[in-house]
Amino acid sequence: MKLTTPQFLSRVGFSAFAAILGALFALPLIWFIFAPFNARAEMGLALPDPFTFSNFETVFGNSLAIHALLNSLIEGVGAVIVVGIAATLAAYALSRSSIPGKGAVTYILLLFSSVVSGSAAMVPIFLIVSALGLIDTQVAVILVFAGGLLPTAMFILRDFIDGIPKSYEESAMVAGASPVQAFFDVALPVIRPGIVVVVVWAFVNVWGGFLIPFILLRSSEQMPASVAIYSFYSEAGTPIVTLLAAYSLIYSLPVIALYLFVSWRFGFRFFGGIKA
Amino acid sequence: MKQFSLLSRRAAALFLTPAGLLVAVFVLLPFFWVIVVSFTNRTLLGVTAVHPDFVGLQNYIRLFNPSTFFTRGQFGSSLIITTQFVLLSALIGQALLGLLLAWLMQAIPPALKRAVEAAVIGAWILPEVVIGFAWFAFLDYDNGTLNMILTALGLPRGDFLLQQPFWVIVIFNTWRGAAFSMMLFNSAFSSIPPSYFQAADVAGASSFQKFRDIALPLIRGHVVTDLILITMWTFNVFTPFLLTHGGPAYRTELLSIYNYRVAFKDFEFGQGSAVGVIIMLINLVLALIYLSIGRRRSKAEREAAAS
Repeated sequence: MKLTTPQFLSRVGFSAFAAILGALFALPLIWFIFAPFNARAEMGLALPDPFTFSNFETVFGNSLAIHALLNSLIEGVGAVIVVGIAATLAAYALSRSSIPGKGAVTYILLLFSSVVSGSAAMVPIFLIVSALGLIDTQVAVILVFAGGLLPTAMFILRDFIDGIPKSYEESAMVAGASPVQAFFDVALPVIRPGIVVVVVWAFVNVWGGFLIPFILLRSSEQMPASVAIYSFYSEAGTPIVTLLAAYSLIYSLPVIALYLFVSWRFGFRFFGGIKA
Repeated sequence: MKQFSLLSRRAAALFLTPAGLLVAVFVLLPFFWVIVVSFTNRTLLGVTAVHPDFVGLQNYIRLFNPSTFFTRGQFGSSLIITTQFVLLSALIGQALLGLLLAWLMQAIPPALKRAVEAAVIGAWILPEVVIGFAWFAFLDYDNGTLNMILTALGLPRGDFLLQQPFWVIVIFNTWRGAAFSMMLFNSAFSSIPPSYFQAADVAGASSFQKFRDIALPLIRGHVVTDLILITMWTFNVFTPFLLTHGGPAYRTELLSIYNYRVAFKDFEFGQGSAVGVIIMLINLVLALIYLSIGRRRSKAEREAAAS
């Protein structure tokens, strides 16, 4: 199709405008791209001079930093396992059984999960975790995150399972499979893509989460990366920028990788709808 | 057709148990417990930590005390700051910017589209503490990116976190969250049949006319969904804490940060719980609006499908 002159001009105008907006969005992140490779990184913006990977060596030589990344991994993987298993089982039951009030259960769960936010419920969550004797443990962080993420995870998976024809499991049961076998051998492989999306979403939430571990954890050995990053200050109280910048980049990599994976595998709109 | 269920009720109950337990303990219980604690003088330390007294509505009366209500660092002031923050950064900032970006995306070359999307979505997916540091560096007085640009343009530099902290968190949250609105509107626009726009092109309509007369009426439902979701998220957001800690002089103390300070800095759990209850009440109103719209829409869809 040939464009008329005004159409062409408006195209150019649109592109220029979009480019400017994109640049404005990128501005605050430029420092974050340069500083990790700068041996003399400071809060100011500067081209890496000299360009170096030594900041990353510093991170890997810092046992607190590495330990914190490990804690983030434990919390992320732990919560993902709990959410993955509990949400799949519950969503399957909500989709495939005839228990009364299924619709109401989903409705109430969604309502509560949006009402009971971390900002509103930090006091009772802290009190419940202390009553269970779990303050300053990874288990507490995993369970609190799992509880908070479960309603949405169940909702997404239930939608997903509702879209799968029942005839899959029915034919397996006609062939003599028990309902449990039909679930594990027939339904589960079909649901797997839905579980992958939920699991990635849950992991990104826990990995980046700040408020919950900030409130529930006390000792530096337990802290995940999101909280430990605030201990990278010199004795004078100024941030050690070289360490911080390189650490921020390492800490961000899994999120970026998972995002690219999901957008490549499922298209990013799918992922977009379910963040937060 | 008779409803045939694949799972017996007993098996279903078993399947629901792990999720049910976790949600009961960490979602439902906090909801009720925060209400109970808000009627006590429970503290983190001291005698009242173990044996709190029932104090009736005292915590709420203190929150709504008219003589201190509007004082900086008090509940009313925080409520006003939060309302302005939600209005400016979510309803105006994120929604309008997201709408604009999504509209521009319809008409620009794919390579540019991908680059712009990468920047906008990057702001949204990176962990909040990383974003906090990036903005700290961005706003640095001596050599920060923003002040370097201002100097290059011949404009006066500023220590924005001290001088304009409220506008900093407004712009910060707009920047951070615009991606969601952009993606939602993007998928809304792409669900409109291209023939509508082609017909308008033949009639010689401008881009703005197409936007106003064709696209906007068709995506009205998406706009409502977007506005409610971003309102709920922005109302509960804690991320500005990483940039300003609620300061200077409580000027950026959103309700979430106020709640944190009362409960975990001043150790007043009872008082903090009262704040939590009010946050939940506001959340409840927003969630009920959202769910009732969702229900009405799915009912309308069912009726349309049946007819």
